[in-house]
Order: sequence, then structure tokens, then C-alpha cells
Amino acid sequence: MTAKQISVFIENRKGRLGAVLDVLKENDVNILSLSLADTAEYGILRIISNKAEEGKKALSSAGFSSMLTDVFIVQAPHTPGALQNILRVISAEELNVEYMYGLSVASEEGSIVVKTSDTERAEEIFKKYGIVTLTEENLL
Amino acid sequence: MIWSKEETFSREEMEALQLSRLQETVARVYDKVPYYRAKMDEKGVKPQDIKTLKDLAKLPFTTKQDMRDTYPFGLFAVPQDKIVRIHASSGTTGKPTVVGYTQADLETWTDCVSRIACMGGASEKDVAQICFGYGMFTGALGLHYGLEKIGAAIVPSSTGNSEKQLMYMQDFKTSLLVATPSYALRLAEVARQNGIEPQTDLHIKIALVGSELLTDAMREEMHLAWGRDVKITSNYGMSELMGPGVSGECLEHCGMHINEDYFIPEIIDSATGEVLPAGEKGELVITCIKKEGLPLIRYRTKDITRLFYEPCACGRTTVRMENLSGRSDDMLKIRGVNVFPGQIEEVVLSVEELGPHYEIIVEREGYTDKLTVRVELNKETDSFAELQRIEATTRNKLKVVLGLDAKIRLESPNTLQRFEGKAKRIKDLRNTK
Repeated sequence: MTAKQISVFIENRKGRLGAVLDVLKENDVNILSLSLADTAEYGILRIISNKAEEGKKALSSAGFSSMLTDVFIVQAPHTPGALQNILRVISAEELNVEYMYGLSVASEEGSIVVKTSDTERAEEIFKKYGIVTLTEENLL
Repeated sequence: MIWSKEETFSREEMEALQLSRLQETVARVYDKVPYYRAKMDEKGVKPQDIKTLKDLAKLPFTTKQDMRDTYPFGLFAVPQDKIVRIHASSGTTGKPTVVGYTQADLETWTDCVSRIACMGGASEKDVAQICFGYGMFTGALGLHYGLEKIGAAIVPSSTGNSEKQLMYMQDFKTSLLVATPSYALRLAEVARQNGIEPQTDLHIKIALVGSELLTDAMREEMHLAWGRDVKITSNYGMSELMGPGVSGECLEHCGMHINEDYFIPEIIDSATGEVLPAGEKGELVITCIKKEGLPLIRYRTKDITRLFYEPCACGRTTVRMENLSGRSDDMLKIRGVNVFPGQIEEVVLSVEELGPHYEIIVEREGYTDKLTVRVELNKETDSFAELQRIEATTRNKLKVVLGLDAKIRLESPNTLQRFEGKAKRIKDLRNTK
């Protein structure tokens, strides 16, 4: 199971992040988790939300360069080594992690957002090893 | 269709006509314009010294500074009451340059523009929307009368309010668009934002663009926006000489035909003022040989081009000037390298992931010039690697073309300023004195 992430290109300039969040708020898009990676000049804001399609549409018509990406929300128990177990599987199967970030929804199980180099194969692998993946609905 | 018989004159016929008109003009300005008489006396040249077209080189140049020094009417060659129209340039640096037309000048102007409109494929069937600013600027009224003369229906919508412009285009079935290349692109962009598809919902078949350079890359962007079959031609002119209509491109796209029976072109070396042989690149100098109000002699246009005298497949025999590669005014000197904004534009437009709008910023850090090019990202991406690849590609291409390292600044779509008139894409922030 994959989740839809909104990725938005933003310049490192005062007020740009705020402008993205304004658009999401106006369209009633609830952010479940986000990550902001940046270089000196620009960044990519990645968002897991309750309404990815609507959010992306609203951002595009507000003039932001944004897209939807399939990512995994992988469940990992709150125990030392849990994340490592998942990564070991990914690497044993010769996939790469392009990026990952924690999911800020409180629950007994922790979860992380993972983008791998091959979404289709990752899907099979997670299934094969019994690694639980969630969708946005599971988080609401 | 070819509008005037003069456009197909043999070289001999044309030169004979040019010489008689030149002699008449020179005699007249010597007689009527004290400023020109003084300049000619200073050079020791009299009207009777002009015996062949080559003798043109004996005459003094006219520059924008001469026009400022004689502001407003000092170069007019007719009494004030013969003037029926006055236009002026924008005058961004100092006083504007003022131009005056007699009744006959307006007819000449109209004839010039009718010719270039026909070169671009216009006919009486067209509905022509003129998205140039009406007012002191010559662009709008020049195209207006020239197109009206050939029988097109004029929509004088001027600039601004793009939504309304699009409504007229849709409702009046506008088939011919007059605009700067950048405003033509802007209109297509606004159309799409409003759910109008320019290529299917609108009816534009001809675009006559001017007042800005039309690079090949810009032409390609216009085809992408407005459709492959739209006939896009550029035309050239400036208020000092007349307005639009000095020259225009035909559908063969091999340079702009100069209305030579009205304007004699020369190419000179900007630095020395020497006349260069045909085919060489240099500054365009124009002498007006059929104007009453303001017949400028050897006006330095500051535009860089070259001339082709070979006959054109379109049937016209008039000399062609290459589409401009830049104005000597617009040339930037960055770290000692001559840079024309058009070169940067070509590169930006050749990178698929970038939009057609850009801004050039030149700054000085310590003793070094720094060139930054701001461009809009045209591609949706979730990957830094891809963004970096786009930056690197653009930077490398610029390095090849300019021999300079530039910093690329990617921006979101629609962040850079849009222009309705002449685009101002250069910010030179250096404190050069």
C-alpha cells in the first residue's frame, strides 16, 4: 500500500513556506506529516495529508510547482533496531532509499515515510517480509 | 501578397530612385534645418557633393544625443503648421525623443506598415487585435493604420487586462495578433490559467511581433504556445525613423525586408564609424529619404545586424536585415566579456524544464562581476538530483555560449515579472560610473 505525498518546490525566500501553508489551509487540507529539505537556494517541501489530490491541485493553480509522489508509510514498533530491520530488507533486495522522514502521528507503533528507488518492487518486498505499510486513511 | 511595386524593383531601379530621393532630402535638410547645415559645414560637405549612393558616407551621423540637443522640434524640416502628428519615445534616460509627421509622412508610414503586414501574411480577411500600448509610442498607431489600409478589421485593445483581451479574441474571432513576443506568450499563459486553450479555443493564425528581439528560441516558444501553424513574423522600426515599418520579415523567415525606397541602410563599425562591406555584422545606420517632417540623415540605430542583398524566394528584391542579435545599448560587459541578453535567452529557452521568462542580474562582488540568471521551473519534480541536473545543464550551456560562469536561480512558475510592453529583463546592479 502506498500513500500519496505532495512535493512542492519552494525558493528560500521569506514567506514562501507560509504561502504554501496558506493555500493548504484555505482548501482544508490537513497536514499529517512533513519534511523540508533545502539547499542554499531552494527546498522541496514534502507533505502527507488527508487530501493529497485536492492539495496538489490547489497548489498548482496558486502557481506552485508541485507534484504527487507514491511513498510508503511503514510501520515500525517503538523498539531499538526496528528501523534498522526495515532498512536491512530494503538493502538486501538492492533497493535504495531516496529519502525518509518520521511521521508525527502519535500511536503505539511509530511510522516513517519512505521513498524507495522502485516503488513496485518495494511493495512486493514489504509484503513478502511482513512489513506493515499504511495509507493516509489509517492515520486519520 | 506583395503590397507595392517598389518591393520588386531591380537593383538599378531601386538605386536610381534612392539616389534622387537622397539628393533631394540632403538639399532640403541643408536648406531648412540649421542644425544639419552646421554639421555638414563642419564636415565640409555640401548637398551637391552627393553624386552617387557611396557619397552617403561623407555625411555626418545623427545620434539620439542630437535629438536631445535639439529637443523638441529642432530637427524638423517643415514649418510647425505642416506637422499633423507628434509622437515621442519613452525617454527612460533623460528627455524623450520627439518626432513629427506631416500628412504625407503619415501616408508613407501607413504604406510601410501595409507592406510588412502583407509580408507576414495579413489580408483584408483578418481581424487584427493590436496589443501595443496606444499613446505616444508609435507601435500601436503604426500597425493600426497599416493594417486598416489593407482592409483588416482593427481591434484597438491596447495593452493590459489580459482577461478582457482574451474575451475579445474569443468573441471577435481575432485572427491576427500584434504584440511583443513576451506579451504574446503571457496572453497564452493567462488563457490557459482561465481554461482557454489558445490553439483550439482561439483563432490566431498570424502574429506580427515587434518592439523586442524575436530570437529563434522565442519563436519556438510562441509556436508551442499558439500552435505550429501560426505565422509568426517580426518587424522592425523605431520612432525616430518612423515607427514600425522600416523592415519586416516575410514568410520565408530569412531576415527582414527593408523598405529601401524610403530608408537607405548602411552597416558601420560602431567604434570607428567606418562603413562595412555587405554581409558583415555591425551597427545599422538608416537614412530617411522620403520624409518631410523629420528626415534623419545617417541615424545610428545602435542595433547590431547585417544585410543580405540576394533575392528572396518570396519575390521581393529589397535588401534584408538579419533578425537582430542585440542592441549595442543592451550589451552587457561582464568580466570583460560582451554579453547580449538574446544569447542568454536562447540558452534558457533551449532547456526544456525551464519556462520562457527570465531575468538577468549583474552584480559586483569585490572586484568581480557576478552574473545570475533567474528562471522559472517548468517541470514538476520531487527530486533534488533532477533540480541540480537542470541547473547544471543550464549553467554549462551558458558557459559554452558566453564563456562565463553564471549562477542559475530556479523560481516557481509565475514568479518573475510579466511585461505588456517591452520586456525589461536586465538588472545591472553594478556601480559603474
